[in-house]
Amino acid sequence: MSIQEQDSAGAPARASLLNDPKARGLFYQATLIIALVAFGWFIVSNTVENLERQNIASGFGFLQNTAGFGIIQALVDYTETSSYGQAILVGFFNTLLVAVIGIFLATIIGFVVGIARLSNNWVISRLAYCYVELIRNVPLLLQIFFWYFAVLRAVPGKRDKWSFLFDTFHLNIAGLRGPQPIFEEGSGIIGWALVLAIVLAFAVARWSRKRQEATGQQFPVFLTGLGLIIGLPLIAYLIAGMPMHFNYPEFVETGPMLRRGFTLGSGFNLIPEFLALTLALSIYTAAFIAEIVRAGIQAVSHGQSEAAHALGLRNGPTLRLVIIPQAMRVIIPPLTSQYLNLTKNSSLAVAIAFPDLVSVGGTVLNQTGQAIEIIGIWMFVYLTLSLLTSAFMNWYNQRMALVER
Amino acid sequence: MSNKILPLVLGTAMGVAASAANATTLEDVKAKGFVQCGVSQGLPGFSNPDAQGNWTGLDVDLCRGVAAAVFGDASAVKFTPLSAKERFTALQSGEIDILSRNTTWTMSRDTQLGLNFAGVNYYDGQGFMVRKDLGVTSALEMSGASVCTNTGTTTELNVADYFRANNMPYEIVAFEKADEVVAAYDAGRCDVYTTDASGLYAQRLKLTNPADHMVLPEIISKEPLGPVVRQGDDEWFNIAKWTLNAMINAEEMGVTSANVDDMKGSDNPSIKRLLGVEGAFGEAIGLGNDWAYNVIKGVGNYGESFDANVGPDTPLGIARGVNALWSNGGFLYAPPVR
Repeated sequence: MSIQEQDSAGAPARASLLNDPKARGLFYQATLIIALVAFGWFIVSNTVENLERQNIASGFGFLQNTAGFGIIQALVDYTETSSYGQAILVGFFNTLLVAVIGIFLATIIGFVVGIARLSNNWVISRLAYCYVELIRNVPLLLQIFFWYFAVLRAVPGKRDKWSFLFDTFHLNIAGLRGPQPIFEEGSGIIGWALVLAIVLAFAVARWSRKRQEATGQQFPVFLTGLGLIIGLPLIAYLIAGMPMHFNYPEFVETGPMLRRGFTLGSGFNLIPEFLALTLALSIYTAAFIAEIVRAGIQAVSHGQSEAAHALGLRNGPTLRLVIIPQAMRVIIPPLTSQYLNLTKNSSLAVAIAFPDLVSVGGTVLNQTGQAIEIIGIWMFVYLTLSLLTSAFMNWYNQRMALVER
Repeated sequence: MSNKILPLVLGTAMGVAASAANATTLEDVKAKGFVQCGVSQGLPGFSNPDAQGNWTGLDVDLCRGVAAAVFGDASAVKFTPLSAKERFTALQSGEIDILSRNTTWTMSRDTQLGLNFAGVNYYDGQGFMVRKDLGVTSALEMSGASVCTNTGTTTELNVADYFRANNMPYEIVAFEKADEVVAAYDAGRCDVYTTDASGLYAQRLKLTNPADHMVLPEIISKEPLGPVVRQGDDEWFNIAKWTLNAMINAEEMGVTSANVDDMKGSDNPSIKRLLGVEGAFGEAIGLGNDWAYNVIKGVGNYGESFDANVGPDTPLGIARGVNALWSNGGFLYAPPVR
């Protein structure tokens, strides 16, 4: 001990700094950060230098140039003379569309199958079991190809159709066609009526919950809400003098072969690429969601349903009012991951010609050669979408979480 | 797709950095002992693997020719199948040494991507294929048609220009891989399949009933296809360029893989220079003087390669047409070896 003290007497501050766990920790962290920054700087500067050396232009200026290629489905204005930036925007909205509809459908199918899996009915639970095991064990890309190519070959060709729902909807290899509502002047009131109806429906739900808590009396919230949401816009539509008509799909059966079939631009058309992708993504993700739902329900102790039954609740209300709200706390976190997966998996669209962000971005990449910029845009968009989704789900999770007093 | 392109781009970001410090492409190639050649994912006649995984085709022969020029061994090549979208990134990042993948020479590709086109080994043009029962005889009757094609190609742009210029509405269905375009067209998703005319003949062979389909007479674009190398390495650029020129010159002089040994004794000074009997042209491009001899011995002259892969006696049955030698009324004209 004494020898040590003597030794360190020359530089006491230094020796103590070396042995100070806090200083050491700071030193290691600083070293790590410097190394990371240096690594990042090395990559960036090297890339820039090499791009310059190879005479590859860089920067995002190319987004203003004319794209010059067509896109089959665009939710925003797009023609061949639009810019690359606009084309990428079209791709982004298409990705968003598939993600939103996919998540919606996957959730519904997933919950139904997950609950069916626990059914006392042997046939139903076996069917749900087979669905889950079959779907989640086949690669998604194969399923997309299955829905696209197998189903494409099963539906009628372009000069033919299957019609259903009183001849208003038609299916053939060019997609699903139906009447497209065209809004005329003065139709804005219908939209406002819809907004009002939704607000009113929420207000009614709130009021009825309060009333039930206070008096125990129930109120048909669902039917009232449905009535409001359908009824109010309908009344507005009639009052405004029916300012809307439908653009019906036009089917030509005579004349030159090429002109037969549905005329381009008549009615709305869901292209088969979109249908196949959305269907495949929903069905695939639903298999995982079903397992999550089953796990969530089984995590709720059996005593809860017994207690509910003892109170006289039937099976339906037991599930809806007692089991599911508790199960949701287990379900939501893994469910978020599945939503993120679905969004990211939508990039497989490129295999079946659906113009999503990756597909359109890839075309732009090839026409301009701006690989690093395009990959940057892709990563930024998917990261943003994923972070937004998980932020929303975290908020929802907090709302559903057990309120501890 | 994304799982393929991401490493490529990370390659551009990091790996290319490495090649900056590294030696020239020729030294790299000599050091590893083979040429890494980017080809298509399967286009009969141009670059197509057989059941044993051996690649054949007009584009493949060019790569084999480069390998023969460098190593004297036409089999010292490894092939990387690339989609239309991946091809330039793969070349830029140094993943491949030469891209010989029915790639159209355009100004933007030549000037903005850091690439150089080493010549034209097939003069092509974009065409349309339709079902015969549609009763269409001209591309101008195709108003309202849905068109299947590949993403990331000049084809996509040409078809947009053509339909717009003629005021015809259309619908484009663009796939990543050629096989999926063929499958979708075969299933009836599209009325029209458009790509380079040579590609139409090649892909028609993959349809269920090739005889039910016809290629329309219109050619709507110029598609000079050729090998591509990285910009800034003139030595390697010269090797690619002169391998192609040697194959064309050999055909013009009547030198074939069969008679090349006899031709070494020829009195014709042009042939002597080409085969390295006279002069030191090989040294000037960093190779042995028998470079062209090796090319011709290994893969034959251009005409032989054409006849074996796409010519009238093959399933593709493409006539020489504009791809004949200039002396036979075609476009092929190689600068002389002197």
